[in-house]
Amino acid sequence: MSLIKRVAEAQRPAVTFHLNGQPCQALAGDTLLTAILSQQSYLRRNEFSGQPRAGFCLMGACQDCWIKDAQGRSLRACSTLVEAGMSVWTDTQPSTVQPQGAAS
Amino acid sequence: MSHAASLTTLPPVIVGAGPAGIRAAETLVRAGLRPVLIDEAAKGGGQIYRQQPDGFQRPAKALYGFEASRAEAIHASWRALLDQVDYRPHTLVWNSEGDELDLLQVRDQHYDGQPWQQLILATGATDRILPFSGWTLPGVYTLGAAQIALKYQATAIGSRVVFAGTGPLLYLIAYQYAKAGVEVAAVLDSAPFSAKWQASASMLRNPPVFAKGLWYLGWLKARGIRIEYDAHLLAASGEQRLDGVRWRQQGQEHQLDCEGLGFGYALRSETQLADILDCRFAFDELNRAWLPVRDAMGRSSRDGVYLAGDGAGIMGADAAEWAGELAALAVLQDRGMSVDRARIHQLQQQLQRTRQFREALEGAFPFPEQWAHEVADDVVLCRCENVTVGEVRALIGELSLQDMNRLKAHSRVGMGRCQGRMCGLAATELLAIGSGQSVADAGRLRAQAPVKPLPYAITPTVQQWSPSLSVAEEAEHD
Repeated sequence: MSLIKRVAEAQRPAVTFHLNGQPCQALAGDTLLTAILSQQSYLRRNEFSGQPRAGFCLMGACQDCWIKDAQGRSLRACSTLVEAGMSVWTDTQPSTVQPQGAAS
Repeated sequence: MSHAASLTTLPPVIVGAGPAGIRAAETLVRAGLRPVLIDEAAKGGGQIYRQQPDGFQRPAKALYGFEASRAEAIHASWRALLDQVDYRPHTLVWNSEGDELDLLQVRDQHYDGQPWQQLILATGATDRILPFSGWTLPGVYTLGAAQIALKYQATAIGSRVVFAGTGPLLYLIAYQYAKAGVEVAAVLDSAPFSAKWQASASMLRNPPVFAKGLWYLGWLKARGIRIEYDAHLLAASGEQRLDGVRWRQQGQEHQLDCEGLGFGYALRSETQLADILDCRFAFDELNRAWLPVRDAMGRSSRDGVYLAGDGAGIMGADAAEWAGELAALAVLQDRGMSVDRARIHQLQQQLQRTRQFREALEGAFPFPEQWAHEVADDVVLCRCENVTVGEVRALIGELSLQDMNRLKAHSRVGMGRCQGRMCGLAATELLAIGSGQSVADAGRLRAQAPVKPLPYAITPTVQQWSPSLSVAEEAEHD
């Protein structure tokens, strides 16, 4: 279930990206944060508490919205625009090591 | 305190393309220079006048309200500058070594160096945060974040939202959300209503700003939106996401269901680069923070480094424009170029008046000094590394800690990814009380390079350049 709610600008073209291996629709001009939180209620889990996080400052200061793409690169979701064909992971990819404390 | 004019051959470098940086660049271009303008964002405007991405269609009036014409003027100046400056969008300045800045072009993850002789820092501000129980839950955001969600992405942080804390932004954002059709369940101001009345006389010095504030308040009240004063956040509730908020008001606890909560206590300056550049800092009572010292022109204590805008003390967007122009005039003066002295005098007078108004504003939206006394031990203080208020209080007592950097070393508060941007101020408040010192004497977190995390993929290169502890830690976290 989505965390954020769209209130305007619905006329933009749709963009397909992959979230945790599943195809999803976003809108051109969405940040990854917007694209993902329109689908689900979190972006990542804190490495120390294992608790869900969904970003906090939206201006590149808090560093609480970093996610991974399929190549394992880190992306700051609040300041990266979604692109067609992007593949991002908010849950641990099958091939990568579980971060510390994220097992709960 | 200027470089000899004959030695200044490099173009001036400006960090930050908000109102201060854009006005600084414009002033330098007008004098025939081609400055380097470095900014983390894709487009100019800073946070206050942040531009929506291409393809969005809302007009400026819908995004910036009363500030629409100022925003449009800044954007027009930015567009006009594009082919007259060396513009570096998507670029983070993460360190400075000697007389060269270390840059990261974020989009293609490319490293670069930027030599400088004259450098204007217009690094802006972020929300001033005081933690409370549940503040890390999905659905809880800063006030600034709530506003960016709306103006930059046309989204709301929930269908039913509460805004809390204090500062002029509180009422503006509540108004903007309600206007966008979002249900605003309540506005919880931590300041007592009496503070507004007491401050109102001196706020009349700046009638337009004062009138706007009253107008938002009246608009919200006319629509029956609940406004509570002297209301202090206790907890955000919810398991995996926010489902409600609790607060205390005159000894009573209250509760409301909500999907989104935006909070903040005015703004704090982004001072990391000034610190890395060894600018002298002094404690500023009005901002309740250590800030880089600047003279009436914006010159820092270090030759060739100039400060403008909210990054050197919170004065707001209009003052940032004036301070940006003034710092650029100082740059020109120090290059031995002629400048308009009448204009300098006018800008300095405007800034002086703003400073007086800013003092009144602090009276209307006072910092909640009781926070550090009242916050519960189980509240998470550092959201990066999940360090609690209780752990920090215990360390301060057990080790008789007196200084923020010692507290950081022992508790890891300020050592995580955000480098203390979210928790540093709150930790200082706890240290001051725990050690029986003033907030000024508790000191400040020293900035470390990189000032923001660098992507893991290129960390090995970075380690050759700057083998600092925090780089190694970032690699470990990733």
